[in-house]
Formats: sequence, structure tokens, C-alpha cells
Amino acid sequence: MNSELNELYQQVILDHNKNPRNFRKIEEPTHHSEGLNPLCGDHLHIYLIIENERVADIAFQGNGCAISKSSASIMTEVLKGKPVKEAEEKFKEFHDLITGHITDEDQIEAMGKLAVFKGISEFPVRVKCASLAWHTMNAAVHQKDTVSTE
Amino acid sequence: MPLRFFSKLQSIKQIQMESEILTSEIKTSAPDFSKIRENFPTLHQTVKGRQLVYLDSAATTHKPVQVIEKIDHYYRLQNSNIHRGVHYLSQLATEEYENARIKVKNFINASSEKEIVFVKGTTEGVNLVASSYGNRFINEGDEIIITHMEHHSNIVPWQLLCERKGAVLRVIPINDRGELIMEEYKKLLNEKTKMVAVVHASNTLGTENPVKEIIEEAHKYNVPVLIDGAQAVQHFEVDVRALDADFYTFSGHKLYGPTGIGVLYGKKELLEKMPPYQGGGDMISYVSFERTTYNELPYKFEAGTPHIAGGIGLGYAIDYVKGVGLQAIKQHEAALLDYANKKLLGIPGLTPIGTAEKKSSVFSFVLENIHPHDIGTILDVEGVAVRTGHLCTQPLMRRFDVPAVARASFGMYNNTDDIDALAEAILKVFKVFG
Repeated sequence: MNSELNELYQQVILDHNKNPRNFRKIEEPTHHSEGLNPLCGDHLHIYLIIENERVADIAFQGNGCAISKSSASIMTEVLKGKPVKEAEEKFKEFHDLITGHITDEDQIEAMGKLAVFKGISEFPVRVKCASLAWHTMNAAVHQKDTVSTE
Repeated sequence: MPLRFFSKLQSIKQIQMESEILTSEIKTSAPDFSKIRENFPTLHQTVKGRQLVYLDSAATTHKPVQVIEKIDHYYRLQNSNIHRGVHYLSQLATEEYENARIKVKNFINASSEKEIVFVKGTTEGVNLVASSYGNRFINEGDEIIITHMEHHSNIVPWQLLCERKGAVLRVIPINDRGELIMEEYKKLLNEKTKMVAVVHASNTLGTENPVKEIIEEAHKYNVPVLIDGAQAVQHFEVDVRALDADFYTFSGHKLYGPTGIGVLYGKKELLEKMPPYQGGGDMISYVSFERTTYNELPYKFEAGTPHIAGGIGLGYAIDYVKGVGLQAIKQHEAALLDYANKKLLGIPGLTPIGTAEKKSSVFSFVLENIHPHDIGTILDVEGVAVRTGHLCTQPLMRRFDVPAVARASFGMYNNTDDIDALAEAILKVFKVFG
């Protein structure tokens, strides 16, 4: 099979697409935002409970392609328990990874679970899919109700 | 000149010479569609190491070398601003541009070239009518009827008009095959109805709507009808007089012509009583600070320097399409759609969206548990270009309860190999997703 495709649709991504983690609604979130990618119809909600500047809980719900769904799923795993400040730093780092601005293999490896998205940089039209959950999380943290990647 | 560039030019020239021979052949006998494909230079390239398979003609068609050459010729040898110029080039450009208008008139069988307004595309055609006709003749409480399968460009201009005027938008529902429920349409028509705007062929479902009947029904209430022909004129013959359409609009770039040019046909008596759409040069006959009188039709609606090269290019695109023959194109595309149905409907996990009895060459589908955007990416890696997403028909996505679809659409240059490639690529999608 084509190696670019293998990079893009890694088993980890396909697994999170099929069995998304933290895929639920948080009934009383401290922060919430709705993310839309009108181009492909991706649509998700990110719910957070932020206590003492930390992500005490984070979950998501919605519809989307394998990339956007798995990205949201992995993001919730990575951010749970982390300081809000670190979440924002990770967002920037993740964005640099998927837009091809991080190429150093060691640096990519150090990103842990997020490293599976390095293949996105070969598919520029899919950057929006991978980053939708992160943009939405960022908007929620900054108390914005909706965000669109258009 | 770099050698590579030169050789490319040479090869285009060669294709052109061959295609000129071909065009003369077409007129006397049934067209050979495998040779027609040779006329489209963009199709002859590899994408990611594979021969390009282009199945996105409903978004835009490729352009035959005969059209490309004419646009090139215009900019090299005829470029000038049109109308009122006394010099040689201006007269030449004006003649070419106005000649294109006559070609359009004949193409859709309008009564007069005064009824042919050049616009940017179908979207502007709808907006022109919604703004000009709508602002003058549609008022609070009036009703506008559209269908559930409209492209956003035939929804939003009417919504904006409704917001401005306090008018009400009514929607003709569709059945599960994606066909209009005509009984419901008849129920929606009443004395308050002031406009009916309907797509001739759906860009998402392929459904060909019974526009003649729709127009007849509306005319019983003296209601004008606008037909969005963006997905029609390239697939079958359209005769605006036989249909008795009041407005008919389409784009050049889906008709093997350039982008940025399109046509709004309007019955003369309607266009005459409508106010200008935009103000500027070309649309006036006399201007003072106290008063302006407007130019005659169609120039009243053509403010500013138009897309001259586009108009000319569209004229030659029409020549090309007529040269091949819309009857032959229709048959060829119907055979392709048949083949696609046989080849693709047997794939387990594939569900078609849009199964109307009367359908143009569009095949939209979804795959079980796989988002269309993922389908699109994998197909692209296989060299197969399809469109994925809501296709500017979000209300249809909700009607069929899908977030998006994948759409393969065919033009005159497609063949059964393209569909075989699509079928293989779809199997690849299932393989990636296990």
C-alpha cells in the first residue's frame, strides 16, 4: 500500500476513530465550545472541567472524518490532568507538527501519542480536520462558544 | 525559450491540429469519444505517479484545446475594451464578444440576444434576479418557492430577499429517491406566490426535475420561474422557449468554457421592467448629476468592463459542445452512468445517494462507517479526483441523514476505464479502514 496513506491512516488513528475515548457529554462543564469545519461537515463539541488551572476532565461529541475524530480522541487523552497553560503549548506544538514545521525525528518522538499525526503534513487539505478539536478546545478555554476552521 | 516549454507548445499545437481534423469528422458522423478525450490537455497528466482520473466535472469541466487557443488568441491579438471604441482592436473585440452572445442565444433558443445577460456565473444570475426583480416586485407576506435539492446559491439569495422584504420561503419536499413530490408543489402554489426558483438538474443527486411541468403550474398563477441550469446545459439540450422559462441561468466553466463567465437568460418583457442590478459604466445611456437614463437590454445589467475573454471563450465552448452534439453527449454519459451503477452498486457497504428515475451523470455515495472526507483523500492518492463534502447542499445532507457524501460526476471525456479505476480505489478505501 501507498506509504503516504500508511502514515496518514496509522492503526492508532483507525483505532481511535472506531473506538473514540472520552466520547461523551459532560453535563456541567466549566468550559464548552462547538467546532465546525463547514468544508467537510465536521462538527464537534468539546467539554472541559477546569479546576485550579488544570484540565480536571475533558470530553467530546460529534461527527467527523477519521482524522478529526481520532485527533479529538487523542487530544482528550493527552490533555486530561494537564495544566491549562500546557494544553495551549501542546496546541501550538501539534499545529507545528501537522503543518510540517517540526521535522526533527527525536522531537516528533518526544511528542508521544500526538506523533501519529505527523503524516498529515503530506496532506495539507487535511490539516483543518486534525486541528479542529484543538481549535475548539482553545476556544472553549478562552470562553468562545463556537469556532469555525473556514 | 527553454526547450521544455517549446516542446510543450508544440505538442499542444499538434493536439489542436488533430482536434481540428476531429471536429470536422464529428459533424458528419457519430463522435468517437476516445478521440474527444485527446482534446483536453489537463486530463493527460499523472498525479502522484498515476494517470489522472477526473470524476469531478460537476464542479468544473476541463477545457478543450479549441477553447484554450481562442482565449490565448484573444489576449495575444485582439485584447481591447469593448463597446464605443472607435479603433480597430476595440471593434474586433466587440464583434467577438457580441458574436458569443448570439451563440448563447442560439444555444438555448432565446428569441433575441437582448435576452442574454452575461454574468459571472449561475450564482450571480440568481442574485441578479433576486435583487433586481425581487426588490421591485416581491413584498411583505409574498412567498417564494424553491426545492429541497437546491444548491446554496439558489437558497441564500432568496433568503436574503425574504429578510429584506419580510417574504416567506417555501420548500418543495423530495422523496427518498431524491425526486420532487409534485403534488406537494401544487399545494404550495397560491395567490401569495411571487417566484418559483428550481434547479434543472441536481448537483448532488443528479435528479433531472420536470421543469416544464413546474413552469406550467406556476404560470397558472402568473408566477415567474427561474431555472438554475448549472448542471443541465452541458448534459442535454435546453430550449428556454419550449420550456417557457422566465429566467434561466448557467455557468460557462461547467460547459467546457472559462470560469468567471455565465449567462442569465430573461424574457425581454421581464428584463425591461426590472431596475438595474449594479450601476457603472456601460449600463447607462445618459448620465448627469440630476438624472441617469439606462442603456437598453442587455447592457442595462452589465455594468463595468465585462469578462471579455470569458465571453468569447464561452462562445467557442458552445461551438465545441455543439460540434460533438448534445444528443451524443447525453447518450455517452447515460451509458457511463449505467456502467457506474452496474459496477458500483454491487460493492458491499456502498449506498448511493440519489436514485431518481431521471438522472444525469452524477453518482453520489457513502460508505458504511467511513467518512466521505477520508474516502476523498484515499481516492486522491489513487489518482482519482472526486468531490466530497456537503456539495453546497446542506439541507440535502440532513434530508438523507448523512454528514457529507462522495460524488463522482462525468463529462463527455470520461470512459469506462475511469469508472473501473474508481471502483478499484473504493475497494482500497475499505482495505485501509479494514
